[in-house]
Amino acid sequence: MNRTAVNLPGLPMKNPVMPASGCFGFGREFAKLYDLNKLGAIAIKATTRESRFGNETPRVAETSAGMLNAIGLQNPGMEKVTAEEIDWLTSRYETPLLANIAGSTMEDYEAVAAHLSENNKVSAFELNISCPNVKEGGIAFGTDPKLAYELTKRVKALSTVPLYVKLSPNVTNIREIAEAVEKAGADGLSMINTLSGMKLDVKTGRPVLANQIGGLSGPAIKPIAVKMIYEVRQQTNLPIIGMGGVTTLEDIIEFFMAGADAVAIGTANFTNPFACPELIDEFEEWMEQKGYNSPADIRKGVEALS
Amino acid sequence: MIKENMRVEAQREIAPAIYEITLFGELVTHVSAPGQFLHIKPAPGTEFTLRRPLSISHVNEADKTLTVIYRADGQGTKRISEKRPGDVINVFGPLGNGFSTSSIQSGDQVLIVGGGVGIPPLYGLAKDILKKGASVTTVLGFADASAVFYKDVFEAQGPLFISTMDGSEGTKGVVTDVIREQGLSFDYLYACGPNPMLRALNKDYSEARGAVSLEERMGCGIGACFACVCHPVDDPTGTGYRKICSDGPVFNWGEVII
Repeated sequence: MNRTAVNLPGLPMKNPVMPASGCFGFGREFAKLYDLNKLGAIAIKATTRESRFGNETPRVAETSAGMLNAIGLQNPGMEKVTAEEIDWLTSRYETPLLANIAGSTMEDYEAVAAHLSENNKVSAFELNISCPNVKEGGIAFGTDPKLAYELTKRVKALSTVPLYVKLSPNVTNIREIAEAVEKAGADGLSMINTLSGMKLDVKTGRPVLANQIGGLSGPAIKPIAVKMIYEVRQQTNLPIIGMGGVTTLEDIIEFFMAGADAVAIGTANFTNPFACPELIDEFEEWMEQKGYNSPADIRKGVEALS
Repeated sequence: MIKENMRVEAQREIAPAIYEITLFGELVTHVSAPGQFLHIKPAPGTEFTLRRPLSISHVNEADKTLTVIYRADGQGTKRISEKRPGDVINVFGPLGNGFSTSSIQSGDQVLIVGGGVGIPPLYGLAKDILKKGASVTTVLGFADASAVFYKDVFEAQGPLFISTMDGSEGTKGVVTDVIREQGLSFDYLYACGPNPMLRALNKDYSEARGAVSLEERMGCGIGACFACVCHPVDDPTGTGYRKICSDGPVFNWGEVII
């Protein structure tokens, strides 16, 4: 029996831990450090229709218990991503892939979803309607329930694999957006993306990031992620991939208690490049000690108390 | 590439806010070339989210130690500067591609140009070049006389010229002023330092043999996060890139836009 396995739409995971999109590239770099088959799944870097360079540097800045990034969705474009990156991963590893899809227009998103569907190599899609670092598209679709609904519906219509929608925390009421994408046919939710933030260099008074603003991630945003997952869990049974500052075993447990069904590790991969395999080992050991038969038991324990 | 708690063997301030730290551990045996760097976690826990990319100055394989020279400028590097002999510090590395000296022949003239905390990896490089029977001339640039460090170790390797911005030591001005003033010629040129200095060299010597080492704010240090990219010179689509951490930090002259 594998007590850490979770079975999410399209993603049969041997454990509930995956690296988060944008923090793991297309896996090649981390494959030099450990066996990627150890991972429950892999969320690969956002893919757009055409290749993108992204923003100028500096693209990262450290903050208290966190960091700002403004990469700007740099990627080689969908043709190269399938031919060179996804093919590389699927020919070497069995780990299911969650492909993050981004774009500036609804047509862009549709084109990527159609291309990846035709390519038929990834296990699920993650609709990126929450990137704060690009001028067009991205977050605009994630902050307006009507646009979120329409985009989700359109992409879902031509997707051959389950569709997760990655929600932005930069909204007044995240439950509205969750409800809209669920109605549009989303198979699951990823939450949360980064929070929009800024850091000034006090010697010059100028923003540290070339893009001026960036997305805040890391332990600093964890309480926000926990709260939003908790809130959304009250209204939906959709699977939730929880993310936002997950760094320790205790964080994973907390996310499950809040209502997540799996977790994604983002910034922690930079602080500790072995974060994912180390957390997987710790989680397995903890589950065994607790005598839980499934990660879902963590939440059952919470519900029994309330 | 390994992650290791390395033991601090020594630490001293060699110029105002410039520290030299010597670390012991297995990681030393993985270092393959001067110019590679370490990703150092300033403290355990979640206080610091990002590691600090610091270049290796030189290694001593026999006693499994390596030396890093850095400026204690921000909170993280200040924390590293507080480490004392016997303390441990979490290090990931070695990372990046260092300087290649494989085509240098005995008798070649090599010019090494460094500025500020870009100087340290050039020391390990100079040692490698001398082993090949080539000769090394060094030009180092500093803000002023008080900032000068490693003068004696470079002097021991060959002719050394210093420039300072205020003229308090050596030539007043920048390293390119010294190269012109002294009429220095070379078969190979290697450099590491602040971007304005490297830009000036890259402009004058884009065809030179040798290499330049760049720095940039980094996330992962291994090429996964795309934080430290730069533009290649040859870029027909406009979306080409090189990752400074994993394609570099050492590049050929004229290869990337500095």
